[in-house]
Amino acid sequence: MARASDWSNGHNVTDSGSGSSNFGLDRPTSASSSAEPAEEEAEVLAEGAVLDLTADETRLKVEAALATLDNELIGLAPVKQRVREIAALLLVDRARQQFGLTSSRPTLHMSFTGGPGTGKTTVALRMAEILHVMGYIRTAKVHTVTRDDLVGQFIGHTAPKTKEAIARAAGGILFIDEAYYLFRPENERDYGQEVIEILLQEMENERASMVVIFAGYPDRMDTFFSANPGLSSRVPHHIAFDDYSHDELSHIAELMVAGENFRFDDEGRDAFDEYLALRMELPRFSNARSVRNAVERCRLRQARRLVELRRPLDKSDLITLTATDVRGSSLFDDAVPQPPEDSDGSRSDNGD
Amino acid sequence: MTEISTKDRWDPGVQSYAGMGYWAPDYEPKETDILAVFRVSPQDGVDPIEAAAAVAGESSTATWTVVWTDRLTANSHYQAKAYRVDQVPGRPGEYFAYIAYDIDLFEEASIVNLTSSIIGNVFGFKPLKALRLEDMRIPVAYVKTFQGPPHGIVMEREYLNKYGRPLLGATIKPKLGLSARNYGRVIYEANRGGLDFTKDDENINSQPFMRWRDRFLFGMEGVNKAMAETGEIKGHYLNITAATMEEMYERAEFAKEIGSVVVMIDLTIGYTAMQSMSHWARKNGMLLHLHRAGHSTYTRQKTHGVSFRVLAKWCRLIGVDHIHAGTVVGKLEGDPATTRGFYDTLREDHIETNPGNGIFFDQDWASMPGVMPVASGGIHAGQMHQLLDLFGDDVVLQFGGGTIGHPMGIAAGAESNRVALEAVVKARNEGRDVLKEGPAILRKAADTCKPLDVALATWGDVTFDYASTDAPDAVPTATA
Amino acid sequence: MKLRYGALSYLPDLTDDEIGAQVRYALAKGWPVSIEYTDDPHPRNIYWELWGLPMFDLDEPDGVLAEINACRSTFPQRYIRVLAYDASLGRQTTAMHFLVHRPTDEPGFQLIRTEGADRRQTYGVASYATGAPAGRRYGAS
Repeated sequence: MARASDWSNGHNVTDSGSGSSNFGLDRPTSASSSAEPAEEEAEVLAEGAVLDLTADETRLKVEAALATLDNELIGLAPVKQRVREIAALLLVDRARQQFGLTSSRPTLHMSFTGGPGTGKTTVALRMAEILHVMGYIRTAKVHTVTRDDLVGQFIGHTAPKTKEAIARAAGGILFIDEAYYLFRPENERDYGQEVIEILLQEMENERASMVVIFAGYPDRMDTFFSANPGLSSRVPHHIAFDDYSHDELSHIAELMVAGENFRFDDEGRDAFDEYLALRMELPRFSNARSVRNAVERCRLRQARRLVELRRPLDKSDLITLTATDVRGSSLFDDAVPQPPEDSDGSRSDNGD
Repeated sequence: MTEISTKDRWDPGVQSYAGMGYWAPDYEPKETDILAVFRVSPQDGVDPIEAAAAVAGESSTATWTVVWTDRLTANSHYQAKAYRVDQVPGRPGEYFAYIAYDIDLFEEASIVNLTSSIIGNVFGFKPLKALRLEDMRIPVAYVKTFQGPPHGIVMEREYLNKYGRPLLGATIKPKLGLSARNYGRVIYEANRGGLDFTKDDENINSQPFMRWRDRFLFGMEGVNKAMAETGEIKGHYLNITAATMEEMYERAEFAKEIGSVVVMIDLTIGYTAMQSMSHWARKNGMLLHLHRAGHSTYTRQKTHGVSFRVLAKWCRLIGVDHIHAGTVVGKLEGDPATTRGFYDTLREDHIETNPGNGIFFDQDWASMPGVMPVASGGIHAGQMHQLLDLFGDDVVLQFGGGTIGHPMGIAAGAESNRVALEAVVKARNEGRDVLKEGPAILRKAADTCKPLDVALATWGDVTFDYASTDAPDAVPTATA
Repeated sequence: MKLRYGALSYLPDLTDDEIGAQVRYALAKGWPVSIEYTDDPHPRNIYWELWGLPMFDLDEPDGVLAEINACRSTFPQRYIRVLAYDASLGRQTTAMHFLVHRPTDEPGFQLIRTEGADRRQTYGVASYATGAPAGRRYGAS
């Protein structure tokens, strides 16, 4: 199997032994010594050979990664479908390589479009695993950056910053969140364009060892790619992350709550469903992230309630989240409901 | 042993040492105490506790009979206390005796005083068949009074501008008899071939066949030519050992004047001279190499003498930059675990108790620089992978016979050692198991280096395998 | 003349793959890596010119290789070395160094002898290259 490409051309300089240390004897030059097995020689299969993909060990590992994805994320059926398709494509490509049908590395750069809290980072991590298991990237690492990590504040500052981000992502995945902020055509002194150029160079390099994933809101990503055709031509894989449905979010809430060793009682669950429905209508809803924050606030209210009970508590008291804990949210009071401030102070309009 | 009451304690006559307070099983050693552990072999019929107490006594304040003048002192403060006695596993009749000495017993920053105190009196004591000082714990309070190594491992590397690999040296052979000019030839060839250092042997001082000044001059000619040939800093350990201190200073100053980076002294000059030279070396920016000449007379036998690990500690305190510490796989005595203990004692900043390596106490060096151990004696290029695996990077590997005895000449011998070393270092960095793949790595390097090829052919099968005389008494041992 | 410098200069010049493996070893130990170049190869020339700052927090060597290649194309006629730094307590020094590039022509060193009293000489080692001013020592650039 063709390995993920290593560093550039071999630099085999022959050892030009100086006269003083030659001792009058022939010394064989380094070129005649057995070459380092830097890349395994790909064996081409014979014409009539057959490959059984079901038994392929790599395929089994890929399946394991996909299974983890299934378990980790609720819903996202189209996303999981796309990931499976990409995995299958790469498996078949590998098979073709073994027959000598193709020799170039497939283009792996991707774009993930969707709202915040829709699972883009999680899927990126699983994708890294899958690519690593198949040998397309050296390490299953995702280095996440935003515009601020790439763009400098003054002339000459951008290139080193971008190169450093690329160096840290080497051999793995560079995940650029809200990538469209790199492109600010209205500001001619903006250095984002430089970043795009450097990235392009890196992505066009046949021997590059890094995969780039651009992520952000769908419409803005569209604009970004149409304004940078050089980039979009290099990004063949697009995965759309839809917002979660109410039922999916409810299920996610259940899982989160159980994961922390809590549970809703029946009225509590109904109350939370109502809460969700209300919240989803309001601006700056961040899907799973907003659900997590809401659950955190329920815990806070539960804690306050339990302390004020001023009676001994049993395990059931400590585990249960009741309707009171949910309905304490100001969402239920206001005539014109406002989206809550998150307890950790984060702004829920950040990209996922 | 019951404590004798105060009235009886001071009655003239002979008392048991244990009764006089030298056996103190409830004593808690202080942070500032100097601790020692002796391997005591009492004569038949002598009680081990009494023997331990006697050692404590005779290495501190006691004498064989009660003296009234003791009562003019705070006797219980100054007397050493044996606080623990253990049977040596597997060796009947031998006991480990742990003794604590108050720091007030010793002059600050004086190894000669430390040694005179602890080993100066007690080793000939008749009630003991044999006695060996196995280990000592030097408290930080005492460590801090010493200068320590003039440079230390880190500074030596920065001085020589050499990092990331062991250093290489060779002792000039034959040991004696070469004229100064021919001696310089060997120095030139070995250094230009690829070694970092060459070395005077311990008995080369200033003899009729070659006087020191002539040797120094021809030696530096060789060193400087080799430096110009290769572009690396080279050195030759000029032996400045002499009969008097005045002579030694004269030779040291001359070595400095002619631009040497390193000088060498023998252990036989004594602790006082060593400490003087150490101070001189730091003041004059000169690396100081110590040859442990004569140590085996008292370090080798398990039952009697002083263990080398104690000597190593003393030498680190005195302050030397290099000390010979054993090769394990060469021609001279050295069990692997014990030798590991020596190397740790010399190089590390904090060493934990480890009976398997013969380390009896935790030792904290409080940031005193480490001493570069030197592995010298009967080793050759074919063992390079074992040497790197055993000792790591911070060591000087010396191949006297292995360089000078090379069939293609001295420079070829030097080059074969250097290429072998770098090949093994490179392979280790690449993540290969050098112990297992060593021979294959060396073979491959020999493909592009004829001198190495010849070296492996000449010495590949040579090993030195005898049972060690001094292995730790905690675990079963193996040599090479 | 072949300049001997660093931990691996007696071996055949390293390929880029081999350089990457050595760099990876340093990065795995948590040692930041730095690239320096010079046209004055004297053994006591400690401070070569910095090519950028040391690179911290990497675990793959690609970034370092990219910088080495950039340095090579900018200064094809210089010596270039890689250094790794060990910041741990008790070390705080250079951990390893090795050459990654040489000028095509290495004229070597001259041993300058200054005679003195009795048979003493003071020795100087001078690189033939430093006969010319900096920047013009090893052919163009």
